[in-house]
Amino acid sequence: MTWSRGNMADGEEPEKKRRRVEELAEKMAVDSGHGGNARDWDGRWNHVQKFLERPGPFTHPDFEPSTESLHFLLETCKILVIGAGGLGCELLKNLALTGFRQIHVIDMDTIDVSNLNRQFLFRSKDVGRPKADVAADFINRRIPGCNVVPYFKKIQDFDESFYRQFHIIVCGLDSIIARRWMNGMLMSLLIYEDGVLDPSSIIPLIDGGTEGFKGNARVILPGMTACIDCTLELYPPQINFPMCTIASMPRLPEHCIEYVRVLQWPKEKPFGDVPLDGDNPEHIKWVFQKSQERASEFNITGVTYRLTQGVVKRIIPAVASTNAVIAAACATEVFKIASSAYVPLNNYLVFNDVDGLYTYTFEAERKENCTACSQVPQDLKFAPSATLQDILEYLTENASLQMKSPAITATIDGKNRTLYLQTVASIEERTRPNLCKTLKELGLTDGQELAVADVTTPQTMLFKLHFTS
Amino acid sequence: IDAQLWGDHGQEALENAHVCLINATATGTEILKNLVLPGIGAFTIVDGHKVTGEDNRAQAATELLQELNSDVSGNFVEESPDKLLDNDPEFFHRFSLVIGVQLIESTCLRLAGVLWNAGVPFLVCKTYGLVGYMRLAVKEHTVVESHPDNALEDLRLDQPFAELKNHIQSYDLDNMDKKDHSHTPWIIVVAKYLEKWYNEHNYQLPKNYKEKEAFRQLIREGILKNENGVAEDEENFEEAIKNVNTALNPTKIPSTVQDILNAEGWKNITAQTPAFWVMARAVKEFVENEGEGKLPVRGTIPDMIADSEKFINLQNVYREKAMQDASVVSKHVESLLQSVGKVCVYKSKKKCKNAAFLRVVRCRSLADECSVELVNKDEITSCMDNPDSEMVLYLMLRSVDRFFQQHSRYPGVYNYQVEEDIGKLKLCVNSLLQEYGLNVNVKDDYIHEFCRYGANAIKMITHQFVPFNNTFIYNAMSQTSATFQL
Repeated sequence: MTWSRGNMADGEEPEKKRRRVEELAEKMAVDSGHGGNARDWDGRWNHVQKFLERPGPFTHPDFEPSTESLHFLLETCKILVIGAGGLGCELLKNLALTGFRQIHVIDMDTIDVSNLNRQFLFRSKDVGRPKADVAADFINRRIPGCNVVPYFKKIQDFDESFYRQFHIIVCGLDSIIARRWMNGMLMSLLIYEDGVLDPSSIIPLIDGGTEGFKGNARVILPGMTACIDCTLELYPPQINFPMCTIASMPRLPEHCIEYVRVLQWPKEKPFGDVPLDGDNPEHIKWVFQKSQERASEFNITGVTYRLTQGVVKRIIPAVASTNAVIAAACATEVFKIASSAYVPLNNYLVFNDVDGLYTYTFEAERKENCTACSQVPQDLKFAPSATLQDILEYLTENASLQMKSPAITATIDGKNRTLYLQTVASIEERTRPNLCKTLKELGLTDGQELAVADVTTPQTMLFKLHFTS
Repeated sequence: IDAQLWGDHGQEALENAHVCLINATATGTEILKNLVLPGIGAFTIVDGHKVTGEDNRAQAATELLQELNSDVSGNFVEESPDKLLDNDPEFFHRFSLVIGVQLIESTCLRLAGVLWNAGVPFLVCKTYGLVGYMRLAVKEHTVVESHPDNALEDLRLDQPFAELKNHIQSYDLDNMDKKDHSHTPWIIVVAKYLEKWYNEHNYQLPKNYKEKEAFRQLIREGILKNENGVAEDEENFEEAIKNVNTALNPTKIPSTVQDILNAEGWKNITAQTPAFWVMARAVKEFVENEGEGKLPVRGTIPDMIADSEKFINLQNVYREKAMQDASVVSKHVESLLQSVGKVCVYKSKKKCKNAAFLRVVRCRSLADECSVELVNKDEITSCMDNPDSEMVLYLMLRSVDRFFQQHSRYPGVYNYQVEEDIGKLKLCVNSLLQEYGLNVNVKDDYIHEFCRYGANAIKMITHQFVPFNNTFIYNAMSQTSATFQL
């Protein structure tokens, strides 16, 4: 018996090898023998059709088997994928192979060499190019008929008219802020008539997240089920080291690295007036050396180059398979919702494979006074002698608000006044003195409305101020 | 970066592994993708099926997978596994792991027999409609670093070793200036107040909620007060109070480790004994002698509010003790090896740090699972008390295998077959239940559902090789899963 050594690592020249792989992909993609629509060869959608055209005991109560579902899936259904990274690559692959063809993808990043070990739509020649573009290219070429439209942009660059065109939105993000923004955007699309929600204004949001060996997938029907903000407390607190530890009492190697990153770099400007770039090996080398010096001052061991890079880049270790599992769960839900073939996940799945394999599924509940999805106006209860700073701290520290840099405006004496805004330096400087002023001094009255804007929500949030004695 | 999760020697193990995949289906290639991307050493695909025209599926898959990571060496064999089993069963002995995807029952059992005897781990995967199934069959799989998420710290506050005792003694909380008092590590705070408690409670640890609450109150009273009698802000004391619950847990050896240390099979060390068991034996000897009933000290402490010097000094006390214990264990290892005429360069230090995390997974063979005498009737019938338990999906998969055996095809492949096949599949279910003497009810709904799938698999799930024991079922309809020991 003989067996072939298909070891591509030796033997063939790279160019020849690349062409061969491309030809292979093409041959696998198109069946030459079928006339008419060369894209859909015989039996191509066999597997999907069985779910769409056959009745069954576990289907959604509203499901009706029909040959038209396949057409909807292939030609009409429009899906938006947010993120073309670890989860995004998996999602695009899964959705495209399932049959979805109208897929749009947004990602604001470019490809980094550290992405290559799991974001498999990218190769080393793609480093530096936008993730969305490269991902779309790869999928469109490998899966004939698929039409992925990329956007090398931030989600905040689009408004309601853009998002309204999609049937389903799937998120593969690495930021809670972005998730909340997306959540808020879909809430703002909801139409209520006489207090009753119009179901056609609902765009389902399927959200996946991973961290190492852990992950979760959830289905959000805006206005109907628990939203991102309803369950904000479920998200683990982000680890930020207190300044006093960093500045004067380091104990861990991470503290030493943070010291160099946050204090020493801006002070010493080793490469001129440039921000610290985690991808620049010269920068990392400098931080590494300085961190080692600081560590030895305090007899702290454990500063390594790899740790340095991890802390500077805020890297959370990622595993290819966790992304695969969560993306698979999300893609399954997209399919279920698009086809009405099965009851969607209700509504939160937790996954952990550190020890064996563990999943837990439960129904996250809506929060009665959720800041994002309940229609309940939010109250602020403060004494008139409280300062604007007090309100600011409440907005950022309260567990269900967790704002990042809220901008507060109010109508005082008939005029719209910005009380405090952090994100524009000149306005910040001008309004900073307001922070120490009391609410009474600022001219605010009991029952007055305050409008708060923040990066966590696309719409301004309205609060009602109640004076306590 | 992933190596941060499984460490440098985890990465090394990965790079030395050679995995065999049988059947390059969607599921199979998906699994391999997740092994190739992080850098498995080599893979070999065994597949006799053709794709289009002349191209063999094994070759096509190998080339495309290879392209994902040029450091991985990919091979293929254009042959059905049955042929290989006929002509060269020892072919499979070379692999660190064999993954069999969409195998028919007879091939699966044959292969399982060969791999079991050769000690090669076998992972069986099936996706059927919206159901995923994985079965791990390995006689014994040892895990040195199980990286548990929420392991309790090893602080030894209930039985402090000599060096820790001395270190605690060097603190005098009642005569410190405020800055030092507020920056004393909570471990020291708890230890000091424990001494006070012992004096008043006959040297007994606080045991129940009431006593622990009283102990917390004792600590709380130790918080410094300003000139007006108001308590100062002492975060380290708050940490001490918060940690009372876990810090006073009696030091003991976890049951999983006890089982390993007392394992019958490896009582006598020979020249062939695998490294893991030599280490286990050495740890046991440590426990029975120098350790005085305890494992080697782990040596790590959590971060806590403290000034740098106090924290580092305390950390070093634990670290040095851990290193000391580790070298004692190393000496035991050396003498054990010497006694059987072996000399070995050993990475024992790393393993000692994780003595509490040693794990062994032993799975039953497929042969046992499928034998009428040894089938795990109890597990199956008790799960089926809930007729919608994932166990019913397992029974359906077995029934579908039976169907294939009888009809050389899967149920419901073509629309016109669905109706009739439901009846035929039901017969298979009943004959399966009868043969194994399983008094359970399989709802007709499931039989219908499995005919609906028509054998086509929508890839739903893919996993890294993890030692679950031993059957994992995933239900994509409800997005639930379960693990069974069959």
